[in-house]
Amino acid sequence: MNILVCISKAPDTTSKIAFTNGNTQFDENGVQYIVNPYDEWYALVRALELKEAQGGNVTIITVGTASDDAVIRKALAIGADDAIRIDALATDAYFVAMQIAEYAKGKGFDLILTGKETIDYNGSQVAGMIAEALELPYISIATKLDVAGSTISCEREIVGGMQEVEVQAPAVISCAKGMAEQRIPNMRGIMAARTKPLNVVAPAALEALTTFSTYSMPAAKSSVKLIDPNNLDELVALLHNEAKVI
Amino acid sequence: MNLVYINSANGLSKAALETVTYAKKLGADVAVVTNGNAAAELLATLGAYGASTVLQDAGVDGQDPSQLVKLVAAAAAKVGASTIIFSHDLIGKAVAPRLSVRLKAGLVAGAVALPEADGSTKVNVFSGKAFGYVKVNSAVRIISLLPNSIQPEQTGGNCSTEAFDSQAGSSAISVKATKKPEGAIPLPEAELVVSAGRGLKGPENWGMVEDLAAALGAATACSRPVADIGWRPHHEHVGQTGVAIRPNLYIAAGISGAIQHLAGVNGSKVIVVINTDAEAPFFKAADYGIVGDAFEVLPRFTEAVKRFRAAQH
Ligand SMILES: Cc1cc2nc3c(=O)[nH]c(=O)nc-3n(C[C@H](O)[C@H](O)[C@H](O)COP(=O)(O)OP(=O)(O)OC[C@H]3O[C@@H](n4cnc5c(N)ncnc54)[C@H](O)[C@@H]3O)c2cc1C
Ligand SMILES: Nc1ncnc2c1ncn2[C@@H]1O[C@H](COP(=O)(O)O)[C@@H](O)[C@H]1O
Repeated sequence: MNILVCISKAPDTTSKIAFTNGNTQFDENGVQYIVNPYDEWYALVRALELKEAQGGNVTIITVGTASDDAVIRKALAIGADDAIRIDALATDAYFVAMQIAEYAKGKGFDLILTGKETIDYNGSQVAGMIAEALELPYISIATKLDVAGSTISCEREIVGGMQEVEVQAPAVISCAKGMAEQRIPNMRGIMAARTKPLNVVAPAALEALTTFSTYSMPAAKSSVKLIDPNNLDELVALLHNEAKVI
Repeated sequence: MNLVYINSANGLSKAALETVTYAKKLGADVAVVTNGNAAAELLATLGAYGASTVLQDAGVDGQDPSQLVKLVAAAAAKVGASTIIFSHDLIGKAVAPRLSVRLKAGLVAGAVALPEADGSTKVNVFSGKAFGYVKVNSAVRIISLLPNSIQPEQTGGNCSTEAFDSQAGSSAISVKATKKPEGAIPLPEAELVVSAGRGLKGPENWGMVEDLAAALGAATACSRPVADIGWRPHHEHVGQTGVAIRPNLYIAAGISGAIQHLAGVNGSKVIVVINTDAEAPFFKAADYGIVGDAFEVLPRFTEAVKRFRAAQH
């Protein structure tokens, strides 16, 4: 089975979020990048488990610049066989998805996996866009993934519950918590990652459909109003009269 | 014309009414497209929220996003839609991106407000730690609206309903089983949420949390370690790796307020924190705080809510 796993970088969750250039650009100063957690913990690890059980190949793909190579090597250290980097700035989800679809077209991947969302732009967009561009079925926010022959079985989140579904390969699946457990790369993996193939591919000529014009920070919270633990009637009255939420 | 897709399979959800209200506030006439066989009288009530017509395709069951994409694309062509609106719920997240590619229409994913004067639309970025303003460069735009960002508003008005055959084809996804807990308020839609963390010490103590939630009519949630150790089901886990919610009121008992937890709840309008440790980081993000033992405070809180509700009637 040949699996393509879409990997994005994301700022470490403890990064300070700030903007520069008149609030038009994310301030990368001092920001540590990691592999987007959903891509690493769930999509990549589940792909490796399927390969270990059934054979095949796991390729990772990133749309990004040379500064993303460190994050790509980390995903290789966890166990992916090879990596593709489409050499372009990831301007919007449409641009990213169309680049990946363009690359994947005709290459015979049985499964294309993504994370549920990136933790920086949180759009949950790329997977559905790849599926439409390649005219493949799409199972979104899957928490379990199994493959038997060409039948893919998933558990997916639905409004207010869960659903078990089946679809025939090839398909696109976005992966969430429950699918696999995080793997810590070992020394051997880290050494091997240095020599695994990382192929840099020129981007296709495509335009983005959206742009971020500016950013802003939420208004600072005024300081907390402390309530006497013996006077809960006061809290209830404040929630009703002042906050107007009950 | 603005076109709204709604899921009417289980009646008209609050999220559906929010999207119709949003479309009306954008200015143009509003058409609604839906699948399934909800009663025409029910769908006609959308007129009060601003819809002038509802197109209903009873033949599409809605299990496969690629079918829903064909349904919405056919409706968009029929009414000449310039803006297409979804709720940014599990269906919107699956369908809107596919539609974006099919129509080559830019998608604003997870809008939290109406567009600004310059045409850009505000969304959450960096797990709610900042906002971004998205501009769409295509003629047709798609907006998925984060639940609980605006309140449904009735402005009055009538609306016609029409059967619509979108020729959406068959579903490629076959459903083997569906598990839905009965009667529970789905967390992403809840306006009031009572949540608890490791400070509650064990699953046997959740009765206090459920009692307060029942008194308020709230949904229950939890921190990640609580779901990881199996004290509570995973669908209750909120935060960066769990569900992101933005209720009107979020009550957190025995939760420290780690940054990854805050990422899922910092869009809440009002936050109440109950913690024995006055230095717990959550107090910095709270509107109201109680430095105290959850085992004493939660039952008292429940009693106070009951007194308040009784006095209201
Ligand atoms: C990449 C990553 C992603 C993560 N994602 C998430 C996520 O999505 N959601 C999430 O929640 N966490 C997430 N975490 C974990 C997060 O960092 C914290 O470890 C977690 O939120 C702590 O849970 P807690 O507050 O319940 O427990 P603790 O940190 O143990 O805090 C318990 C709190 O209860 C208080 N307490 C104790 N006894 C009482 C009492 N009797 N009455 C009142 N208060 C009491 C204590 O003072 C303390 O503040 C993530 C971590 C990482 C690294
Ligand atoms: N620049 C990128 N390169 C490769 N994959 C990406 C990129 N950005 C996003 N993805 C994938 O798409 C998923 C959803 O991203 P998003 O639509 O931004 O929430 C991520 O979890 C990744 O698997």
